[in-house]
Amino acid sequence: MSIATASPAPRNYEVIPKTSPDGLELEGELLEVAMGPQHPSTHGVFRMDVVLDGETVVKLKPVFGYLHRNHEKIAENTSYLGSMPYTDRLDYFCSLTNNWAYALAVERLAGLQVPERAQFIRVITAELTRLQNHTSVCGFLLQDMGALGTPLMYAFREREKILDLFEALTGARMMCNYMRFGGCRCDLPPGWLDRVQKIVDDFPRFLDSYEAMLNTNEILLARTQGVGRLSRALAISAGITGPMLRACGVDYDIRKVDRYGIYDRFEFRIPLGEQGDVYDRYMIRLLEIRESLKILQQALKAVPGGPVIDPKAKLRGFRPKAGEAYGRIEGPKGELGFYLISDGSPNPYRYRVRPPSLINLTILEDMCLGQSVADAVVTLGSVDIVLGEVDR
Amino acid sequence: MESLEQIKIRLEAAIPGAQLEILSNDSPSAERSLLLDNAHAFAVAQFLRDDSLLRLDYCSNVTGVDWPDSEISLKVKVKKIVEGVEKEVEEVTKTVRPGFLEAVYHLYSMAMKNGPLILRLRTGNRVDRVQMPSLTPLWRSCEFQEREVYDLFGVVFDGHPDLRRILMWDEFKDYPMRKDYREPDDYEYEPTPHDEVLEKARRHQAAEVTP
Repeated sequence: MSIATASPAPRNYEVIPKTSPDGLELEGELLEVAMGPQHPSTHGVFRMDVVLDGETVVKLKPVFGYLHRNHEKIAENTSYLGSMPYTDRLDYFCSLTNNWAYALAVERLAGLQVPERAQFIRVITAELTRLQNHTSVCGFLLQDMGALGTPLMYAFREREKILDLFEALTGARMMCNYMRFGGCRCDLPPGWLDRVQKIVDDFPRFLDSYEAMLNTNEILLARTQGVGRLSRALAISAGITGPMLRACGVDYDIRKVDRYGIYDRFEFRIPLGEQGDVYDRYMIRLLEIRESLKILQQALKAVPGGPVIDPKAKLRGFRPKAGEAYGRIEGPKGELGFYLISDGSPNPYRYRVRPPSLINLTILEDMCLGQSVADAVVTLGSVDIVLGEVDR
Repeated sequence: MESLEQIKIRLEAAIPGAQLEILSNDSPSAERSLLLDNAHAFAVAQFLRDDSLLRLDYCSNVTGVDWPDSEISLKVKVKKIVEGVEKEVEEVTKTVRPGFLEAVYHLYSMAMKNGPLILRLRTGNRVDRVQMPSLTPLWRSCEFQEREVYDLFGVVFDGHPDLRRILMWDEFKDYPMRKDYREPDDYEYEPTPHDEVLEKARRHQAAEVTP
């Protein structure tokens, strides 16, 4: 018995041609979708108003402000030291680098010196922060692609080990509030450096297994290569910084350019991408972890003794001279800057945070146009935003 | 990078009529800034971006500063004849500096890896002459940051492609980062389109009932 018949049965309905009589393709209606503020892929309370043609993004407008608490105004109404704990809450993944950026700006404003030992502690804590941030971001990115659970949990397992170190040092896992103007709040607890050394020694093994599991995964390659591409010229013009900029092939790392702290003493390379797509951003982050490990290995061997805070630094009744200063560091997400104007009073006259997360979102629409909604989710995941910093 | 004085001389030669002023900074950071006049600000910024020696291709930070009306008192020692005897008398002269809003731009060069060059622009006053040219057409990174300055300070950037509130909601009226901002009493009340929706629904239902 054969199923196929020679002539099909006559249809009792009319077939509408795919193209209209004048040769144009039929157009569907555009669909407006508000992705967020409660959508899991937006990493917090962030909204993208997307206009879709089928599944293709035709327009995308980011909407901010759901977490806005006017951090800058609050900081202008309190003392300089009073907003140090508040900087933890900006990018709550990387509180120690936030602390450092703010401390750096105030030190430039007041002309404070930082003792050698404190400089080393700052470098070690900042690189540990970069380590755990980049690992988590790679986990989140895989989560956005549909690899539910495993990669993120592997990343969080390692992150938790580093957070334990932060807890031993500062008393808090995430809200560290550790740095002070002219140094750090307290000295290292006994045996802390050995614990760091062990984690730094073990980390490459985790990284190898992580990369072996993911880097050749077909879904990862298919979902990231050529997705969310960003041109070099646009990246520079839009002020993109951090791994996103370097994925476009621009050699700009503030650790190398400004050589703040003691970064001029360490040997490390700046990994660069070429295409500026999601894949490059993912790979750049993994390579940056390895460079951070190099810095940590060098720093751990050379921590000197001495005080951790400038004895002349005044914490109470701190009044810098009238003037202004801009301090910036290479945070894990990009250039994190603090701009301060002092009028000689105990409170800053103007306090401004230059948030890398917000400015890296400037070109979100340019990256997502013409792609499917699912790719927009992955593109946003590769930007690496934290809403505490975007909305401030 | 060249010194600010050299840049100023070159700018004045390249852009005739541009009024530039170097503002000092007494703090240890000693970051001085260049005050531009609004009429020539765009041309000056374009020159700074495209000049082959400077190549300031990266505008890192844009922010606003509010300067309300302030009284500046100057103490001057004057020799006066009091009751026939010449004496040195301190005289206090008070001048009121009218308030203005300021936008500060931090420019760096990614190509030359140097910077910063700090630009300042000022509005005429804080009430009705709050316009200044937008630099977003030159540096895309100004887009969100100028929107933020508009949102929180009330500076209107002429030539900005999409000047809307960014952090506060669209119906919000005041500018919270200004020094004289006071929180409203009904702080919790946030206008929503709820009433409009109800009104629409009422009309819609009425239309359905009437044949």
